[in-house]
Amino acid sequence: MNVGSIQSIQQEIVNEFDFFDDWSEKYQYLIDLGKNLPDFNQINRVEENLVKGCQSNVWLHAEIIDDKIIYTADSDAIISKGIISILISVFSGQKPEDIINAKMDFIDKIGLSNHLSQTRANGLLAMVKQIKIYAVAYNSKK
Amino acid sequence: MKDVYKIREDFPILSKKINGSDLVYFDNAATSQTPTHVIQKIVEYYENHNSNIHRGLHSLSADATNQYESSRKKIQNHFGIKNDYEVIFTSGTTHGINIVSSGLESQIGSSDELIVSEMEHHSNIVPWQILCEKTGAKLRVIPMKDNGSIDIEAFKKMLNNNVKFVFVNHVSNSLGTINPIKEIIDLSHKNKTKVLIDGAQGAAHFKINLSEIDVDYYVASAHKLCGPTGVGFLYGKSELLEELPPYQGGGEMISSVTFEKTEYADLPHKFEAGTPNISGVIGFGAAIDYMNNIGFDNIEAHEQELLKYATDRLNKTPGIKIYGDQVNKISVISFNLSNHHPSDIGSILDQFGIAVRTGQHCTQPIMDYYKIPGTVRVSLSFYNTKSEIDLLIDALEKASTMLG
Repeated sequence: MNVGSIQSIQQEIVNEFDFFDDWSEKYQYLIDLGKNLPDFNQINRVEENLVKGCQSNVWLHAEIIDDKIIYTADSDAIISKGIISILISVFSGQKPEDIINAKMDFIDKIGLSNHLSQTRANGLLAMVKQIKIYAVAYNSKK
Repeated sequence: MKDVYKIREDFPILSKKINGSDLVYFDNAATSQTPTHVIQKIVEYYENHNSNIHRGLHSLSADATNQYESSRKKIQNHFGIKNDYEVIFTSGTTHGINIVSSGLESQIGSSDELIVSEMEHHSNIVPWQILCEKTGAKLRVIPMKDNGSIDIEAFKKMLNNNVKFVFVNHVSNSLGTINPIKEIIDLSHKNKTKVLIDGAQGAAHFKINLSEIDVDYYVASAHKLCGPTGVGFLYGKSELLEELPPYQGGGEMISSVTFEKTEYADLPHKFEAGTPNISGVIGFGAAIDYMNNIGFDNIEAHEQELLKYATDRLNKTPGIKIYGDQVNKISVISFNLSNHHPSDIGSILDQFGIAVRTGQHCTQPIMDYYKIPGTVRVSLSFYNTKSEIDLLIDALEKASTMLG
């Protein structure tokens, strides 16, 4: 799978969010992303893949293919699915070391943090942390 | 009741804007808002009376002690308690339950049984599980029924000679169900079983006389009834509190030098070791005054009117399913909208400035009973209005469109 660099994808997302005038458009976009998140293999809907710290259940699975990490995820809440969908578009298909070193300021730039409750913001941080933990784990195996 | 819009002026936070909209505060079962009367009492304490209680001979200490003890009297009178020393100040309901659960360790044996209901808050489950783990006693559960009520017939059959304690809430925090505590207490006493009532959700909505219902232990929190956070009280019949060992320290503390102060041995000080939340206790007393000034009959009438209005409007909203609405209840409504996750609904409502609680509400067994991940919980207070309920319905309809 060929994807752009983490930074260029992040910039695309920032540009995308710049189009939105108000919170409801941002939320609608997240909801639509959530609905379009590719089907998650139900075998991976297990305790070990649960991201701790989210109010809804979020499952995150990672596997390494050709030195790149492929992330898949699922949630029982649609907005969480939308948020994880953004993170997957940024990090899935990237090399572990690039994921580890990635800056995360795009989350602030898209202005989403202001529209997430503290509980949800913590959930988002937990997702990012889990993505990075997988990257660290795969990197150390090399 | 005084006009609700006049009452709202007593609460500075209610004029706040959230995400550009007027705040609609429907999370009162978690924490009620604080009126200026209470805030001012706390400020006044720090500006004029701040000092430690029960110790100093100086005037400030005497002032602070008088105010602190006058709060105890207010609580004693309000809850119909015989003796003021039966009121123990705590950091809240959870603390009160833990004082009892850890104190009972020496009184409970491996053949004993303890009973909770299926609709308890986790804080009225976990301490008893810990007690059972330590003593080998058995924890049994009164089942609930589909309509959100306790199965009282099942409870009657559970009572036997081994049942030493029953722990139930007065009102379910997730469903709003008012439980028949007088009946539960009478049945238990006939069986020589003691009862602790978790009053966290009941105390804010109606007046209760603890001597009349003859309960053995009762716990509540100030922040549910317009008081500050981090303060509450434990009531216990004096003969029971006398038997209960101190919560902090335990038996070994007797040999330590700090035990030289004999007042620790007397009620209520035995359970109030260390500097308490003095300003919180004073604020608690002020909150009791404030609510009595509004009048609990008025509070109940207004809240029941809001409950009926909100239930009717929600029932007419497509996709809404309410849990436990067929029973005698307070102004709490737990519901879901179609198959949408409650956290999605809660997040969207927040964007409209509407504060609700979503999730399991620390009552996982209830959610397991209904086989749902959680609910959206709207909890109404005497300062809420019908037009706020209209805003909620509008926002729910918009959320429904957004989520598709």
